[in-house]
Amino acid sequence: MSATATATPASPAPVRRKRLLPRLLLGVSAMILLFSVVRAVSGADQLTSVGTISAALGLAVPIGMAALGGLWAERSGVVNIGLEGMMILGTWGAGWAGYQWGPWAGVGMAIAMGAFGGALHAIATVWFGVDHIVSGVAINVLGLGLATYLAAATFVGVPGGGATQSPPIPTMGTVTIPGLSDAMDTLAGKDIFFVSDFAGLIGGLITNVSYITIIAVLLLVATWWLLWKSSFGLRLRSCGEAPYAAESLGVNVYKYKSIAVVASGALAGFGGSYLAIVAAQQYREGQTAGRGYIGLAAMIFGNWRPGGLASGAGLFGYADALQLRNAEAVHALLLVGAIALAAIAILSLRRGSVVSAVVLGGLGAGMLVWYLLTDTVPPQFAFMTPYVTTLLVLSLASQRLRMPAADGQPYRRGAGR
Amino acid sequence: MSGRLGRVVVALIAPLLAIAFAVVVTSIILAFTGHPPFAVFSTMIEYGTRPRTVTLTVNSAITYYLSALAVAIGFKMNLFNIGVDGQYRLAAMLAAAVGGAVSLPAPLHVALIVLVAMAVGAFWAGIAGLLRTSRGVSEVISTIMLNFIATGIVAYLLAPDRLAEPIAGSNNIGTAPIPPSGRIPGLSLIPGASNEVYGFIILAAFVGAAYWFTLSRTRFGFDLRATGANQAAAVASGVNVKKMVVTTMLLSGAVAGLVGMPQLLGASYTYSLDFPAGLGFTGIAIALLGRNSPIGIAFAALLWGFLENSAQILDLEGIPKEIVQIMQGVIVLSVVIAYELVRRWQVRRVASNVGKQLGTADESSPATTGASA
Repeated sequence: MSATATATPASPAPVRRKRLLPRLLLGVSAMILLFSVVRAVSGADQLTSVGTISAALGLAVPIGMAALGGLWAERSGVVNIGLEGMMILGTWGAGWAGYQWGPWAGVGMAIAMGAFGGALHAIATVWFGVDHIVSGVAINVLGLGLATYLAAATFVGVPGGGATQSPPIPTMGTVTIPGLSDAMDTLAGKDIFFVSDFAGLIGGLITNVSYITIIAVLLLVATWWLLWKSSFGLRLRSCGEAPYAAESLGVNVYKYKSIAVVASGALAGFGGSYLAIVAAQQYREGQTAGRGYIGLAAMIFGNWRPGGLASGAGLFGYADALQLRNAEAVHALLLVGAIALAAIAILSLRRGSVVSAVVLGGLGAGMLVWYLLTDTVPPQFAFMTPYVTTLLVLSLASQRLRMPAADGQPYRRGAGR
Repeated sequence: MSGRLGRVVVALIAPLLAIAFAVVVTSIILAFTGHPPFAVFSTMIEYGTRPRTVTLTVNSAITYYLSALAVAIGFKMNLFNIGVDGQYRLAAMLAAAVGGAVSLPAPLHVALIVLVAMAVGAFWAGIAGLLRTSRGVSEVISTIMLNFIATGIVAYLLAPDRLAEPIAGSNNIGTAPIPPSGRIPGLSLIPGASNEVYGFIILAAFVGAAYWFTLSRTRFGFDLRATGANQAAAVASGVNVKKMVVTTMLLSGAVAGLVGMPQLLGASYTYSLDFPAGLGFTGIAIALLGRNSPIGIAFAALLWGFLENSAQILDLEGIPKEIVQIMQGVIVLSVVIAYELVRRWQVRRVASNVGKQLGTADESSPATTGASA
């Protein structure tokens, strides 16, 4: 990882905070407006229906939790590409404890299994100084092997279970705000410009929300507070920026890195529990389908910040939801992409970077042509969207992305110069 | 310990310790899940040494060997080509399509398929190399993304109205079968076995030899290793690091393109939905175990092939054969830790030797950096 990191420009915090809320509202309104326009033009009502938004929120949870796990580890300076393996361990844990003692036991076991994977990564990288990528790859091999073996060893012969799946896990139940949810659903179906789209968004966020989703949102906020507003977080992040400086100030770098990596695994395991308990209601082999890696992508997309990774996870979840629920609506997404790319191109032209403006503008024009010339998008292309987006963001905005300065670098106690 | 023998002993300590540790861990897990460990291992060894299984082991090892070499080329330069998986699948699919579409005299036909595969693999890896040098994108992330994109492209192209056709007698689909002129006949290497070893073994051995020669006997190889060991020093001695990164990724991708070839040209003759996937990740594990050495990788690949094929008997005995996956995972994780410990021990030993010879009693170990890959 060769990113040359420089210190962040010291922007005065109070000014930023004052500007944050209006900017956020403006951004959300602009997004809704964009989708309203596209919905009106293309007639793809599924684009902002309650069902789609609700599904997108659900699909964003496991990605977001993996991303949050990645954030914890990388903020402390440990690259964690073992998230996938830890998530797989989590799905088995959720299935094993879930079918026997109920969904909440499943959640607990999933967290424990994920934390176990995180602890292995911490031992290898923090205490033994093994290269982070190497250890992460090894944990992905081990996590997959352990989960498939344990599944075969514990689920075979149980009614409803087998070598590749657990018996069904009892449902956990969901939360719907009564009255308001129905009102939003009716409003969303009325096909009023902007209002229906807004209602669809709100309705999707308050209808059939699982408890795990609510906890996930709370964890996101809690992480932001812990890492950026508490002295614990300041120390943890200092280990990822300048471990030897942190050491000289008396911070126990090994301890903080270990806590962060175990927490990282626990979060990945928690994300796995959503897949097993809420999405599928059983453990299934291969059900993570690379979401650990997508989470890593979402975290980078979000510039190693909680808010950023949440929007990254939301974006990926939305693309996934649309593809699963309504393939025709994916076609309308091309128009969204074209308009968004054009807007970003104009922005970057004003900022003076001609090259990326030309590249973005060209891509936007290509998407527009694609939209106009075709009626459907092959589902395989919808599948690729998150990954292509991540590559684009990385290659066009890499100057604006800033990872922790000592991310991925080996650290030995007392070896600083 | 000094000299060649000492180095060999040091090199063997870590993997042997890791394997022993893995046996202990898997024994514990087996015992906990109610299977006598000793019986399991002896069943595996008995089945694994039958001539038929040995052939299968060698065949698996050929594929793993190529995959690990592709990864190792990058590792030598501290480049993590996590994308071998996507590179070989895309390469094998397109090469199979080309091979099934043309008919040429035998040697040319095989050469064409192999060259197409290498070109596609190199192209796909080259994207990651270019993104790294021109835009500063970490190759770890870009190759992971490219893996998924390759999955999408393969799924898109492998459809009945595009490059695929139904395979007779099954509901599988695959590319048009490669005619006999594009196939590589098998060799009866294992005495007493009814099945044959892939003829591609000769090419795999050649690639291994070329890998060894290029890295240790050419200027390019020296530059590559120098860049991996100390980039700043390499730049100071006139190495164009950007060019090296792109070239290394292209080479790694070209070798990755070969990974699917033993299977394609020696057994299946078509790229179908059930073409083996995930070999790229296996390659990473084997390259780590074999320490990027062409000989070490060969042994590691054989070990992996043995574990995988001898475990097939376990299902008949009612033991989940996935136990070998745990074993493999433990081997990889513990071997990287063991290598790191051995490396630190050597650094300390060298430092204390230097201290003794200079007459200073300072025992403090110097700061050491650098990945252990």
